[in-house]
Amino acid sequence: MIEIKNISKSFGDRPVLNDISIKMLPGKVNMIIGASGSGKSVLMKLMVGLQQPDAGEILYDGADFVRMERGEKSEIRKQIGMLFQNSALFDSMTVEENVLFPLKMFNPKSPAENLDRVNFCLEHVGLSNTNHLYPAEISGGMKKRVGIARAIVLNPKYLFCDEPNSGLDPLTSILIDELIKEITIEFKITTIVNSHDMNSVMEIGDQIVYIYKGNKEWEGDKANILTTDNERLNQFVFATTFLQQFRDKSRSIKNS
Amino acid sequence: MRFFFHFGRYLLLLRQLFKKPENQRMYWDELFRQMVSIGINSLGIVVIISVFMGAVTTVQTAYQLVSGLVSKSIIGAIVSDSSILELGPTITSLVLAGKIGSSIASEIGTMRVTEQIDALEIMGVNAPGYLISPKILAAVITIPMLIILAISLSIGGGIFVGDLTGILSSQQFIEGARSSFLPFNVAFSLTKAFTFAFIISSVSAYQGYYTQGGSLEVGQASTRAVVFSCILILLSDYLLAQLLL
Repeated sequence: MIEIKNISKSFGDRPVLNDISIKMLPGKVNMIIGASGSGKSVLMKLMVGLQQPDAGEILYDGADFVRMERGEKSEIRKQIGMLFQNSALFDSMTVEENVLFPLKMFNPKSPAENLDRVNFCLEHVGLSNTNHLYPAEISGGMKKRVGIARAIVLNPKYLFCDEPNSGLDPLTSILIDELIKEITIEFKITTIVNSHDMNSVMEIGDQIVYIYKGNKEWEGDKANILTTDNERLNQFVFATTFLQQFRDKSRSIKNS
Repeated sequence: MRFFFHFGRYLLLLRQLFKKPENQRMYWDELFRQMVSIGINSLGIVVIISVFMGAVTTVQTAYQLVSGLVSKSIIGAIVSDSSILELGPTITSLVLAGKIGSSIASEIGTMRVTEQIDALEIMGVNAPGYLISPKILAAVITIPMLIILAISLSIGGGIFVGDLTGILSSQQFIEGARSSFLPFNVAFSLTKAFTFAFIISSVSAYQGYYTQGGSLEVGQASTRAVVFSCILILLSDYLLAQLLL
């Protein structure tokens, strides 16, 4: 289980995160939402150890990740899979080599066994016949799926997804959301997703945390996010005129 | 102050290269890939510059040698000594700083700005160890080989042009070269080669590894890698000459 306790982070004299505490639900999709610049990407970087917090604890099964030795951190990181905003595939490697890389590095089984595992993961994300293509030869949606295949190839306990829908068309976004949800349930992974896409939130979010200017503003589930009284969250959720009209109609029906 | 900041960070980066590899086989594969990239792929440019270097030095030395009292074989001595001591190691390294240095900095810099290095770190891979140490090792192995080749071709170019233009016969050239040959000069040249190879690869990797921003910054890092490598090559060239000669 991942638990964040009183995390704060500043860049120079600019505070980015202020006393954030979150308990992630194990085996569920935990969504961190907020406007651009709210600090959710920094929070994710702190959770995976790409940056150090100024204060607070990040607990993986009770052990403080922030204060661990490098070797212990490496062991935790082997349990982490991450899908990056821009997929972060290795340009010089094919799709197959990208997914194979963590296996070859950390799981020295026979080449045939490793290849079977790669093909299993690629089939799982719906990319059976792309093994020999390079990242430059595939679409943005396919890159995300290769990124997911690479993230799950070592059977991680935790899956982090940074803006998985950015730059994708609505249909591909839904496919990626469904894939994240399926993988979370099937492999019993604790998934943490950063997003500002409300479709994703309503589609796959089990627990939702709203960050506003570096502060945790709201926490709950999708059943009560639409009826919240929090004004800032309301503005974020019902950002478009269409959604505001939808909310007002729903409220009037409910009241009548 | 900025110099000390960068020098300290450079040393800390180098320290990370000596950590135990996660999987030695993967590091060996990467080392051989880098040896091809740095060594084999630089053969063409090294062959061209070194042949012309020797040829031009022969013609210019003959032009400056106006006295009839001095034997023509002295041209062979001057060209071969210049090739071994300075032209082979230094000029070749300056050219390689441009070719290999920019390539290393832009490759690692692009990986940094596209989060590929972050991806490696999250997997638990020692990113500096996996990305930089095979490059430094490959440079330290292949660049001295390229420099030995450059010295040989430079002398060969001198012999060929001397004979072709009638400045001096190949026999006179070889006679002069043999008369002034000192094995220490080769050892000195190789010391320079190893030093320059380390400078080119490590300085360029440092510039790439700490790139921040986007494609513009990758280009700037690549330029800085070449400029700093060239300056440090010239500085260490002087220091080595002062200390060892």
